[in-house]
Amino acid sequence: MTANTYQLTAKEKRFIGLHFIFAIASISIGGLFGPFQAMEHAGWDFYTKFLNPIFHSYYEGLTLHGVLNALIWTTFFITGFLTFLMIYGLKRPLRYFWLNQIGWWMMVVGLVTAAIPILLNEASVLYTFYPPMKAHWAFYVGVTLVVVGSWIEGWGFYLTYMKWRKENPKTRTPLIAFMALITMVMWQIATLGAAAELLVDLIPWSLGLRAGLDPQLDRTYFWWTGHPLVYFWLLPAYISWYAFLPRQAGGKLFSDSLARFSFWLFLLLSVPVGFHHQYVDPGVPSGWKMVHSLLTYSVFFPSMITAFTVVASLENAGRANGGKGLLGWIAKLPWNDPSVLAQLLAGILYFFGGIGGIINASYNVNLVIHNTSWVPGHFHLTVSTAVTLTFMGILYWMVPYLTGKKLWCKKCAVIQVWLWFIGMTIFSNAMHVVGLLGAPRRTPLGQAPYIPEEWAGHLFRVGLGGIILLISLYLFVAVMVGSLFTKKLEEEVEPPVAESLLDPQTTPRWLDHWAPWLIGATILLIIAYGPQLIYQIGTAQFTSPGFRVW
Amino acid sequence: MDSKHESMHMDAYERTWIIVSILMLIVFFGAVTVAGLSFGVRVPDPVQRVNPNDLAASGAFAEPGLKEVAPKRYEAYIVAQTWSFNPREITVPVGSIVKFYVTSKDVQHGFKLQNTNVNMQIVPGQVSSLAVKFDKPGEFNFICTEYCGIGHAAMYGKVIVVP
Repeated sequence: MTANTYQLTAKEKRFIGLHFIFAIASISIGGLFGPFQAMEHAGWDFYTKFLNPIFHSYYEGLTLHGVLNALIWTTFFITGFLTFLMIYGLKRPLRYFWLNQIGWWMMVVGLVTAAIPILLNEASVLYTFYPPMKAHWAFYVGVTLVVVGSWIEGWGFYLTYMKWRKENPKTRTPLIAFMALITMVMWQIATLGAAAELLVDLIPWSLGLRAGLDPQLDRTYFWWTGHPLVYFWLLPAYISWYAFLPRQAGGKLFSDSLARFSFWLFLLLSVPVGFHHQYVDPGVPSGWKMVHSLLTYSVFFPSMITAFTVVASLENAGRANGGKGLLGWIAKLPWNDPSVLAQLLAGILYFFGGIGGIINASYNVNLVIHNTSWVPGHFHLTVSTAVTLTFMGILYWMVPYLTGKKLWCKKCAVIQVWLWFIGMTIFSNAMHVVGLLGAPRRTPLGQAPYIPEEWAGHLFRVGLGGIILLISLYLFVAVMVGSLFTKKLEEEVEPPVAESLLDPQTTPRWLDHWAPWLIGATILLIIAYGPQLIYQIGTAQFTSPGFRVW
Repeated sequence: MDSKHESMHMDAYERTWIIVSILMLIVFFGAVTVAGLSFGVRVPDPVQRVNPNDLAASGAFAEPGLKEVAPKRYEAYIVAQTWSFNPREITVPVGSIVKFYVTSKDVQHGFKLQNTNVNMQIVPGQVSSLAVKFDKPGEFNFICTEYCGIGHAAMYGKVIVVP
């Protein structure tokens, strides 16, 4: 990769920074409620004792936790990060900056519109908002605006890319811009399901324009989006592991072509897998569940490629730093750099998250853990660690890059990362264990009459993990806020984009053509979803009125 | 490929890794298929549509409860509603095979029969069904595993298996 000569303008940096400010503000509120839930499990119920009547129930808190963390923290961080990858990767400004600004404003308006009914306890429906539980219409409209805003930012990327392609007909798309584009395209295909659910069903229904819904059909729409949503969170973390981490660790990217190939596979395979969240649904035939089970296994494959390439790149770095022997290179990685440390520890817990994911995806094995606390135990290793801790790690170099100021208290950042790792290990392990024993998810277990005494030790560990995570979260927020008030850096931070061991221009050209992959993704979607969608829409019974049950 | 210089660079270790990954996934998939087809570890299939607003007109759900269809063979019709199961308790002799049929009157619920492979999403308008054989006497809680409102945590029932 040639030296990057394009410098982001102050305006562009501010625009990206605004995304991050909203993301960090969201997780600092949303993340507060997670520990309250965890402590409730351990028998320390803050909801009924202290939080009422400002926060009305466990479920209002749980809704805030899910929406602000899983939907807002992620979407705002990711759109900001992708904006950076597009501009810095293509070495040119956004073609229509105003278009991306419109997208951004729409996301902000959406966030506020959705937040108000949640805070008024008019939308305690959790972030999956399954009908026929009915929230205030503003909640659905707000969520829709956030998604459409992110689409508009994506359209801004596509138009920028088309212009760049015209200016550079022979060049391979720079890796980081290429990966950013795939992430966005995958997201736009993935969110068609939620768009159908929100626009055709939930919004008209919540406004009283439709009398009833078919909840099974809406589950199918939702999970069209719900699983690839996971890849929308993960791919930006993978981008950092592939394209930044090797350089941060002192090495090079092991394989440019396999990195690209794995991203194409994610585009192909992320979406037609939603029925693996519906294995225990009554309205989906088991044959189709089996088809999605197989496709889910297939999407595990590009993650395996990622694991190899990332570890190989790290080995390359460790050896470049003087590491010897079979495992000696591991010690030579810069473990004291909070950004690297965050990504390494994220990767380690992601290994266990991946194993759990295979279990969840396994058709009938899923019967053991479906809707148990195993599932939140699992996704706190993936989205809340692999993704979130990586995003924190990215911010540890990116905030100084955007502000031109020193990171405040690097030592605090290192401690923060370790605390997250330790807290999550304790919390997640205990959640997995009680899930296997049969504890339901999304339930204030401290109040449930059927919880046996013997689980108390595990539930204590859930609470303990939550407290450690709370400390870690606010240490992170402190470092972020503190970094706004530090000294100016002498030299500007250079974004640590990794070089590839081979010139990317030798990467096969078929890895830079969109049409075959987009057609392939469409065909797979038609095969995996077409017959069931036609059947479920054709036989739908719109008999469910709305219920306010909280 | 367009030119000699272009190639999908693949390291020998990497190739091995990829082959092992694929084989692993084939083995896993084979295992769940065998468990599904040979050992009968099944997931729910569509059985019946009902009108959640008028369960009285929906056959057996008019009078939920246990029905003996043959010696030691039962069908259990259970209605889930905020925030209880109807019936809350059923009693069967040890060795019975019980096929559960569960539907909802209102919002979505869950039905997980502890320490068995019965775990179902309960969706209004649909009937969820799985069967289980009770080989040992004892009490088995069935609990609601889907958030269904403020009283969700208290929603459960039990199967009593008597010798």
